[in-house]
Amino acid sequence: MNRIATDRCDVLVVGAGPAGMAAAVAAAPSGASIVVIDDNPAPGGQIWRDGPGAALPPAARKWREALAAHANIRVRSGTRIVAISAPGELLLEDADGATRMAWRKLVLCTGARELLLPFPGWTLPGVTGAGGLQALVKAGMPVDGERIVIAGSGPLLLAAAATARAAGAKVLRIAEQASFASVARFGASLARWPGKAAQAVGLADGGYRTSSRIVSVHGVAQVESVRLLQGGKETDIACDRVACGFGLTPNTQLGQLLGCALTPAGNGAQALSVDARQATSVPGIYAPGECTGFCGSEHALAQGSIAAHAAVGNERAAKALEGERARWNAFAAQLHRSFALAEDIRRMPQADTLVCRCEDVPFSALAACSGWTDAKLHRRCGMGACQGRVCGDAAQFLFGWTPPAPRPPLSPVRIATLAGLVEPDMADPVDARQ
Amino acid sequence: MSGHTLLHIDGHLVRVKTGSSVAAALRLAGGGGMGVARTSVTGQSRAPFCGMGVCQECRVLVDGRRRLACQTVCAEGMRVETTE
Repeated sequence: MNRIATDRCDVLVVGAGPAGMAAAVAAAPSGASIVVIDDNPAPGGQIWRDGPGAALPPAARKWREALAAHANIRVRSGTRIVAISAPGELLLEDADGATRMAWRKLVLCTGARELLLPFPGWTLPGVTGAGGLQALVKAGMPVDGERIVIAGSGPLLLAAAATARAAGAKVLRIAEQASFASVARFGASLARWPGKAAQAVGLADGGYRTSSRIVSVHGVAQVESVRLLQGGKETDIACDRVACGFGLTPNTQLGQLLGCALTPAGNGAQALSVDARQATSVPGIYAPGECTGFCGSEHALAQGSIAAHAAVGNERAAKALEGERARWNAFAAQLHRSFALAEDIRRMPQADTLVCRCEDVPFSALAACSGWTDAKLHRRCGMGACQGRVCGDAAQFLFGWTPPAPRPPLSPVRIATLAGLVEPDMADPVDARQ
Repeated sequence: MSGHTLLHIDGHLVRVKTGSSVAAALRLAGGGGMGVARTSVTGQSRAPFCGMGVCQECRVLVDGRRRLACQTVCAEGMRVETTE
């Protein structure tokens, strides 16, 4: 028998990555009651994901300890947001049940997801995102002895390679679509941002190739080889696993559902629009970190602190951090310029390549559609479990279609949880029909 | 996090490092497979893909409830079923 619990807090922080952790810690001295909810098993977000295959950096430990040190911060991991249950209230679900959580100030730290683009063979078991591979390995997925090819774009490819190698994998090739000139310029600029210089070391990796992209992945039941294009020539490499990511896309769904305005981000994607105090267009709702545009963990920490100071009315503290944020804004701009996606990435899918992995809709069926609504109504594209989060991003990149407006529930949900959307005294009878 | 956890995947006993995700356990099950979690609407095998709770490719039944393998930590005696 599931019951819908009720709870309330002054500041609700959604997401426990760097932005969310910094927000909660910055808000804590105000004495406000703070709740942090996060859908992963432990705080840290994607970049500081913990697990048996993870080596947490000192900064991650420091922030986790800071979260735990404040009695007025409650962290609820393994919890997803389902819907808006009432004005100023969100419906949450975890493994045990559902909660209606009332908030006074809301800080959206929903982060970013990987931009995953279709190519022939991308649905074969053994193909993952690049950040996806990193996340899976940190969570204990064994890759020792596996031959891995990493492709796509951005510094995340190097981070994924480092994680895979540390876990015993043989990374045969890292195929970066950006040109050598772009990557070299980015590498040279890293010295301007302390702590980032170490990442440049990866550029000297023997398996690293620029102006190189995936043509297709081959295999019967799982990955057996990958075909790469480089300098007009195709090369086949036998491998066990292919990890491919094309940068990051801000997670704006919850913000959109709450009515927050959007602004263009890189590669045609959209981000939550915020002002100098990280306030969204909706009063009482703030947004720091990657949901406002990809920028890295240092940027997210500064933004998270600013948002929380502003949320609890500490304008002076918010203002004091603006210089730190501006420094990382410049870094983000450099990153976007250097790893902008080349035109031929749009030519990866073939007629029979599935674009919607939930409903198995091929590229040819979508290419004939007039837009997202047509694709959804006539081809069921985006109607599956991921609710268009993967194919919506792909269609936006491939066809320039505006992604679907988010609708509740925001994630697949148990029917008992939906009882939280009706009046409290109605919840029990709905439950009883389970 | 040392030690091991035993769980069942489609009736077979699988041993993982304590703290591992169900996605990691799927990779260890199934005799050399890449961690197949479900069968798609046109009959294709699918395995964990995004690794971070977005794509839903790794949805499985954990003790009878639909969960994402990549966001679920293995527990002793857990029963995981791959899905159609």
